[in-house]
Amino acid sequence: MRTLARLTWVEIKLFLREPITVIFTLALPVIFLFVMGGVFGNTPDTDDAGMTVFRGVGPLDYYIPAYFALVMMAIGTVALPVHLTAYREKGVLRRMRASSISVWALLGSQLVVSLLIAVVGSLLILAFGLLVYEPHLPQQVGLLIPAFLLGLLCFTALGFFLGAVLPSTRAAQGLGLILFFVMMILGGAGPPPEVLTGAMDAIGNFTIIRHVILMLQDPYLGFGWNTFASLVAAGVTVVAGLLATRFFRWE
Amino acid sequence: MTPIISVENLRKTYKATVAVDDVSFNVTEGEIFGLLGRNGAGKTTTVECLQALRNPDAGRIRVLGYDPRTQAAALRRRIGSQLQESALPDRIRVWEALDLFASVTPDALDWHVLLEQWGLTEKRKASFASLSGGQRQRLLIALALVNNPKAVFLDEMTTGLDPAARRVAWGLIREIRERGTTVVLVTHFMEEAEALCDRVAIVDRGKIVAMDTPQGMVTQYATGVRVIFTAEARDLLWLKDVAGVKNVVRNGPRVEVEGSGPILALVAAALVARGIVPADLRVEQPSLEDVFLKLTGQDVEE
Repeated sequence: MRTLARLTWVEIKLFLREPITVIFTLALPVIFLFVMGGVFGNTPDTDDAGMTVFRGVGPLDYYIPAYFALVMMAIGTVALPVHLTAYREKGVLRRMRASSISVWALLGSQLVVSLLIAVVGSLLILAFGLLVYEPHLPQQVGLLIPAFLLGLLCFTALGFFLGAVLPSTRAAQGLGLILFFVMMILGGAGPPPEVLTGAMDAIGNFTIIRHVILMLQDPYLGFGWNTFASLVAAGVTVVAGLLATRFFRWE
Repeated sequence: MTPIISVENLRKTYKATVAVDDVSFNVTEGEIFGLLGRNGAGKTTTVECLQALRNPDAGRIRVLGYDPRTQAAALRRRIGSQLQESALPDRIRVWEALDLFASVTPDALDWHVLLEQWGLTEKRKASFASLSGGQRQRLLIALALVNNPKAVFLDEMTTGLDPAARRVAWGLIREIRERGTTVVLVTHFMEEAEALCDRVAIVDRGKIVAMDTPQGMVTQYATGVRVIFTAEARDLLWLKDVAGVKNVVRNGPRVEVEGSGPILALVAAALVARGIVPADLRVEQPSLEDVFLKLTGQDVEE
């Protein structure tokens, strides 16, 4: 426990000293939010053909919880896999193992740091949204909090899995960025899912972020708990978590 | 003295390559034990098996009474490891690393003292990436000692250290031993093995080919002590009759007498008996390096 606490504190400091990761996980979602806010505003909108977009709510009310999920995805697809593969490549993991730092302390510290980044990132999104666009506040906070934690666990487990199986930092950067942008655009954090073509939307349904977004949006917008989405997220968490522990390598 | 480390018939293969082939040795508590060999001889694999960093294919290992295969976690907390090819995060500071690695055990050493001993006090706030090669190496040795280990494994510890820092490191390792810590030293550096080790095992192609004190090794394996002096006397071939002398080579006034055993005293006595008293009589003893070359047939520092 002492080692876990020490390692977590060191990892928080290391995160803050790594400007590129800070920008990618904390600043980029805020920038996207401003772009989407600038393009769409926050007036619920049914277009000329009578099609409802943004699930019938204001675009910013749609994007704020969606970008909570985007912060989590930035952690799970890029930040964590790159961090873990770099640690393995340089021999940091080897060094930790020889000093009897356990895999649980290692991954536990990453989980705590990920949670902090996700909370800070989400608060930044909410704060900047509130400053500029007068969106709704979260409607069902009691449901939003467990949805938030499950979403974070889901992407952290994905990050542990990718960090365990990807052979190098370069592979983690390349694959991570592809996953991030493809899932973002098709999964509902880019254009609204309603305007995607049938094939794109079908693929979008197989992205993890689509379900995490729905799981977060529903309590945020007051639609209640999304059972299906939460089951998908829980399933991904369990499978990715088990595969991560199965394939984790120190060197 | 009971062995603190015992290894019996250790074997480790990587696919078709046999890295360690039937290696056995004991290390006594408080000893500095060296594994000497060229790169790829199997030294590192051997100590990695002892530190529970690799699983051997066969053999029985006990380190501080623990079996590395089944009691890895308990073992790693009580030993210190300085590994080849290991590193710290680029942006971690020197003091943060020591503080972190000290947290694994309640009876860790005061890392401020280690900072001082290993000459890192001025660098305590520097990031790992900004350290020179020698400073990194000293930090990694300090990290191996911070958990106050009963036995410490140092794998090529003076690599990257300049000669002065190397001497300081040797002094500190002797101090560690004085406090009762057992040291297992992996090196390809003859002078280090000779200066530091109580006993040395020469490892070649996965096997231990000799094991003794450095001096014992020289006495046992090295022949060819040379006694050298200058003399005007023309005929010195009678020196061949002195016990232990094998050859006499004359090169102008310079005479080299080759042989084994206590030939310095015998040659000197024979010369004096004939009224020859050279002012520059000296002996060249074979070194550990000569033994190494003889036993392995190749240059260690290749």
